[in-house]
Amino acid sequence: MSKVVARTGNEAMAEAMRQINPDVVAAYPITPATEIVMIFAKYVADGLVDTNYVAVESEHSAMSACVGASAAGARVMTGTSSQGLALMYEILPIAAALRLPIVMCDVNRALSGPINIHCDHSDTMAARDFGWIQIFSENSQEAYDSLIQAVRIAEDPRVHLPTMVTTDGFIISHCLDKIEILEDGEVKNFVGQDRAAKTSLLDINNPVSVGLLDLQDYYFEHRVPVAQAMKDSKKVILEVAEEFARKFGRKYGLIEGYQLDDAEIAIVALGSTCGTAKNVIDELRGVGIKAGMLKIRVFRPFPAEEIAAALINVRAVAVLDRSDSWSTQGGPVSTEIRSALYGKPSQPKIINFIYGLGGREIDLPQIRSVYEALKNVENQPLAPAPSGAGLVQYLGVRE
Amino acid sequence: MCPGCGAPIIARQILLASKDPVVVVCATGCLEVSTTIFPYTAWTVPYLHNAFENAGATLSGVEAAYQNFKKKGKINQHINFVAFGGDGGTYDIGLQSLSGAMERGHDLLYVCYNNEAYMNTGVQRSSATPKGANTTTEPAGKLRQGKIEWRKDLTEIMAAHNIPYVAQAIVGNWADLTRKAEKAYSIRGPKFMNVLQPCRLGWGYKPEDTLELARLAFDTCFWPVYEVENGVYKVNKPKVKKPVVEYLKTQDRFRHLFKPGNEKLLEDIQAEVDRRWSQLLAKETLAKGGEVK
Repeated sequence: MSKVVARTGNEAMAEAMRQINPDVVAAYPITPATEIVMIFAKYVADGLVDTNYVAVESEHSAMSACVGASAAGARVMTGTSSQGLALMYEILPIAAALRLPIVMCDVNRALSGPINIHCDHSDTMAARDFGWIQIFSENSQEAYDSLIQAVRIAEDPRVHLPTMVTTDGFIISHCLDKIEILEDGEVKNFVGQDRAAKTSLLDINNPVSVGLLDLQDYYFEHRVPVAQAMKDSKKVILEVAEEFARKFGRKYGLIEGYQLDDAEIAIVALGSTCGTAKNVIDELRGVGIKAGMLKIRVFRPFPAEEIAAALINVRAVAVLDRSDSWSTQGGPVSTEIRSALYGKPSQPKIINFIYGLGGREIDLPQIRSVYEALKNVENQPLAPAPSGAGLVQYLGVRE
Repeated sequence: MCPGCGAPIIARQILLASKDPVVVVCATGCLEVSTTIFPYTAWTVPYLHNAFENAGATLSGVEAAYQNFKKKGKINQHINFVAFGGDGGTYDIGLQSLSGAMERGHDLLYVCYNNEAYMNTGVQRSSATPKGANTTTEPAGKLRQGKIEWRKDLTEIMAAHNIPYVAQAIVGNWADLTRKAEKAYSIRGPKFMNVLQPCRLGWGYKPEDTLELARLAFDTCFWPVYEVENGVYKVNKPKVKKPVVEYLKTQDRFRHLFKPGNEKLLEDIQAEVDRRWSQLLAKETLAKGGEVK
């Protein structure tokens, strides 16, 4: 019997971790993710989990120990943010290439510099090229549900890729919300009693060498399967979500449309901003404006086909990026949206707003201004180049 | 591996000394690169290579998984966990990871095969490089006489972690090395061994002289051989302590030290060897409850 409780995003993730009861957690504190590992450490101290908790001396060592434990066949989890994730960057692609199903809580926080402890997506976006599955959460409920699903996704033999589930730093991680949590037994049954790894360093009778040196003749062949696994993971993510929906009632996908079916103008966003935007959309719909939203839940693998299909009738799209990749061509999400729509029959006008950096508040007036901009752009001819004035703008910055 | 390389000798002897199964983590370096070029591996025990600076942390994770599985009754046998790292991946970039692993009390043995420079990438200096040695990043030239800094004493840093067993050894004394390894394996907790490994390519000598050179390092007290078991020092003493120039003159990396004008440098090196040697003997005396004058 599931129960309704009050949990912050961090508490919700820690709760899910307790119920998953991983074999090993190797973690290091960093704001605003610290509480996840702190709460979990208390579970360990109180004997509520069977986990061996390794209080490592840095995030680089956290991910390194996770790799070691996972290669030894253990079910492994950890959590971090921003500079901590950045310190892990060296090891993240190794974890993916070694096909280790490590699951990580990633609380989105701005990358330095300047140093800032508040929410933006720069830390997670910078890690988008490392072969990790990346799932964004709008709120604590999604964080809880996605973390449980992540274990199944990562460990699926067709996938075997490390997976990160993100929440927005402070906005969700520290915000008390009402969520429904499952029974311990339900979670354990869903993720499976243990990982049952087929290959393990601790299998003394079948010694393996893991992490060999590849010269020019093998590296390429070892990288392509990671791409294939990322492609195959889409299907698995949907299967796991379907099973979750069947058992527990809450539905998840790669993307989620809000009032999108007949929308003429729409925004694309990730994370908590989607929750805020729903208010504005309802307002606009109230006065007859066909506004909608596409929420991206799974950013890696990038659901290009699904996005193109969802936006097929939309005339103007504003992509909201909570990070800037400094390519001068817009934020990381807008670049991939453009790519997804290239060559497709429908060609909405696409504008890009970079917003909310370093925890800068995004509020209803700002979102309304985005829809205003969309109304202006909707009936104009498509501008010739992405770097044209007005196609990439900063939202909410002081000039 | 290069002809005359001491690293595989160390690895083999460390593994042979274990009665129980062994799982190895190896840092990036000479040993790792030479023994695991896909699709070949020289290792017949489970082996993991992660990155350059994290053998300590990586093996900590493996050991934690093992302790967890043992607790759950999934594994019953004893396994010895061994990390191999060169001085590069241990003294410098790997120091944090090693320190953390030792501090947390994992049941593992970390073996540093120490050839006193970043040999795999072409003889760049490390903090293990002795003063005066020629390396490519602190070369001897018109103005400089090789490495300016004295060698870091990592073995003493490890002893200061108050772990149950710390040892310094050489390749070339197989009885001593394997005995130390056996002792390490018999202890539950973190253990560290720092093994001097002459490198014919980086040091400049004939490949067949590797073991001789290591013994000479011991005979001159340039590289003391000792162990610290629960804070008690036991130092191996050479029959006759030879002057350090006997050791230095055998290697190209020290050749420039014998040019006229560098006599003071040679004296300083002897003085420092003597100073560290007396300090070590004093620690041995203190630990026995004796007085140090």
